[in-house]
Amino acid sequence: MNFEFSEEQQLLREQARGFLTEHCPTSAVRAVLDGDQDWDPALWQKIAEMGWTATVIPEAYGGLGLSYYELAIIAEEMGRSAAPLPFSSSVYLASEAIQRFGTEAQKSAWLPRLAGGECVATVAMAERAGPLALGRLETRRSGSQISGTKVPVADASIAEVAVVLARSEGGLEACLVPLEQAGVSVEPVLTFDTSRGHSTVTFDAAEAEVLGDTTINPKNWESLLNGAAVLLAWEQLGLAETALIQARDYALQRFAFGRAIGSYQAIKHKLANMYVKNTLARSNAYYGVWALAEGSGELPLAAATARVAAIQASTYAAEENIQTHGGMGFTWEFDCHFYLRRAKLLSLAIGSEAVWQDRLVSALAAQSAAA
Amino acid sequence: MDFNDTPEEARFREEAASWLAENAPTDDAFRALTPLEQAKVWQKQKYDAGWACIGWAPEFGGRGASAIEEVIWRQEESQYDLPASFFLIGQGMIGPTLMAWASDEDKARFLPPLASGEQVWCQLFSEPAGGSDLAALRTRAERDGNDWVINGQKIWTSGAHYSDYGVIVVRTDPTVPKHKGLSYFYVDMKAPGVEVKPIKQLTGDSDFNEVYFTDVRVSDSQRLGEVGQGWQVSLTTLMNERAAIGGSFGQMDVSLAMSVAEEVEIDGRPALEDSAVRARIANWYVQEAGLKYTGYRSLTALSRGALPGPENSIGKLVGAPKMQAMSSYLMDLLGASGAIADESLAAKAGIIQRAYMGAPGLRIAGGTDEIMANIIAERVLGLPQEPRLDKGIPFNEVPTG
Repeated sequence: MNFEFSEEQQLLREQARGFLTEHCPTSAVRAVLDGDQDWDPALWQKIAEMGWTATVIPEAYGGLGLSYYELAIIAEEMGRSAAPLPFSSSVYLASEAIQRFGTEAQKSAWLPRLAGGECVATVAMAERAGPLALGRLETRRSGSQISGTKVPVADASIAEVAVVLARSEGGLEACLVPLEQAGVSVEPVLTFDTSRGHSTVTFDAAEAEVLGDTTINPKNWESLLNGAAVLLAWEQLGLAETALIQARDYALQRFAFGRAIGSYQAIKHKLANMYVKNTLARSNAYYGVWALAEGSGELPLAAATARVAAIQASTYAAEENIQTHGGMGFTWEFDCHFYLRRAKLLSLAIGSEAVWQDRLVSALAAQSAAA
Repeated sequence: MDFNDTPEEARFREEAASWLAENAPTDDAFRALTPLEQAKVWQKQKYDAGWACIGWAPEFGGRGASAIEEVIWRQEESQYDLPASFFLIGQGMIGPTLMAWASDEDKARFLPPLASGEQVWCQLFSEPAGGSDLAALRTRAERDGNDWVINGQKIWTSGAHYSDYGVIVVRTDPTVPKHKGLSYFYVDMKAPGVEVKPIKQLTGDSDFNEVYFTDVRVSDSQRLGEVGQGWQVSLTTLMNERAAIGGSFGQMDVSLAMSVAEEVEIDGRPALEDSAVRARIANWYVQEAGLKYTGYRSLTALSRGALPGPENSIGKLVGAPKMQAMSSYLMDLLGASGAIADESLAAKAGIIQRAYMGAPGLRIAGGTDEIMANIIAERVLGLPQEPRLDKGIPFNEVPTG
């Protein structure tokens, strides 16, 4: 039994945590949340120099060619610091889509620049309220042109290119669409987490090329989302850990009725519940990254399990961290709300809890039918 | 990461598996024995071949196996339907206590027959007035020459009715604060003045007992630890308790839930297609898989020579309420017929109904949900204890309500 990260990977974790503690303190998150910018470009530059944007991109395309284990470790630390960066859009989703589905020319054109962090990419999927229905997308590609509206699109205001889900006569496609062109408008849309930018992106006969020059089997797109689900689970786990630590520290320091509130069972049991949910989420995230890194057939089940567990742990920890802080937790001044915003934001990306609960049971049924 | 044994672990597993394949009893004569008789026969057979209590030192009947080897052995043995629970408390909790606190003479006298299953031990801790607050116990022992005389009542004593010996924690000084006035002895369960009365549980079964002590004489040589040191000795026993009660929740797992949800229909469609049902099943799977992979992480740490971490304490806290919630919901799916417990008529031969009736006991035994949450909060997260109104007060001056 070897269900643990290697020593080198543990070293990477320490290095990443130390780096983000120094370069992404909560004041950096607050600056983006409060300010006009949609991200922290200086921090992005630094993590690119560390090679984080290049982690799993093959060496042939300018990447480091490392495994998903390393990327999961970085994802957890990103979550721990609530980094105001387009990391999930650019790394877990867009770079992965180009790497998995792109032609040689497309990979050569984009991956080296994404690996180096010279540009940011995003993925545009959602069009309307409700779960994403791949069969009912209204964005259309015809010839070399694409038309339609995607909202909300994370990080579109800073992305150079978007992987846009669309339909053509042939079926489902992912299209590469440069965002700085006449046929594209990117309008800011206010979300509850302004430490990440979101936009309405409208394509009006914009220039587009089909990723991989062919349609995409919806199953393959779902497989991409499975990978993203695992990496997002690690990021949410980091958020959940920070929320638990904040709640614990506050419960030790805040006194009421003559004693630390952390000595009341009502608070202790709340924090014990957080610990339990975080532990279950961490163990399921291990399972997820194992399945992703080893290319296991169990990935659909492992990814759904990791995602549901991480959604539950991170939203619970973020909500109850505020509750533990009492009135101060409800203020803008305290940092607690960063984790509430981000945990919920990541829970809504790529399909929310009910979607992944459904996928979990489908995967469980498929796996037991195959056994 | 991988789920494979190291080469040494694989060799050990192979050795264990092949011995089990050749020796695990399956014949009708064995099956005709009572469960306790089966357990004793099988335990003695393991002992004679060096497969009993394998983590114990050879002089006590074990083979000095490592922690990971003990886990591998349990995994392999659990593939056979063999009774083991009769010895869990004695071998899992009391054996380690004797090793830590008994005289060399007593260790040599008691540990080998405990390992071989020839002698069964029970744990006499809880009392009507002391459950979660164990140290509030009132059973007293008074010195009389070289003996002690025990009077009082213990409760929830698993297996007292078939045990040869028991370990007991008693109050030897009521004039000092509660933790300081306790002492720890072993007692002969057949001694005059020991009376065992079975408790009928809400399930109708009787797994544990009340045990009354009336002028029971024990020799001072039966004391473990110093007079007044009983609390420290009992902590040695308790440290091993949660591992012994652990996370066995029988057949109440997600695959059973899936099976019920496939068979039951809602408006002519399998319940498994209903999104509310799917959400519940997914949540239980998150818990079940989370515990399984937490176990794998602990195994990895064990395999690398580390001590088991506090993450193990979540097993019962998650598993017992899950068993209650799952069995309750599956009965809801069955509708009115969910009430049927008759094995020949009930869905899944009544497993669900038995699980529902048994779950409250699991949430209490070996540390209630609330105590388990306190343990996590205090020992893992470092939160302070609740202020204790009896702290530093002589036991006989503590308010008792």
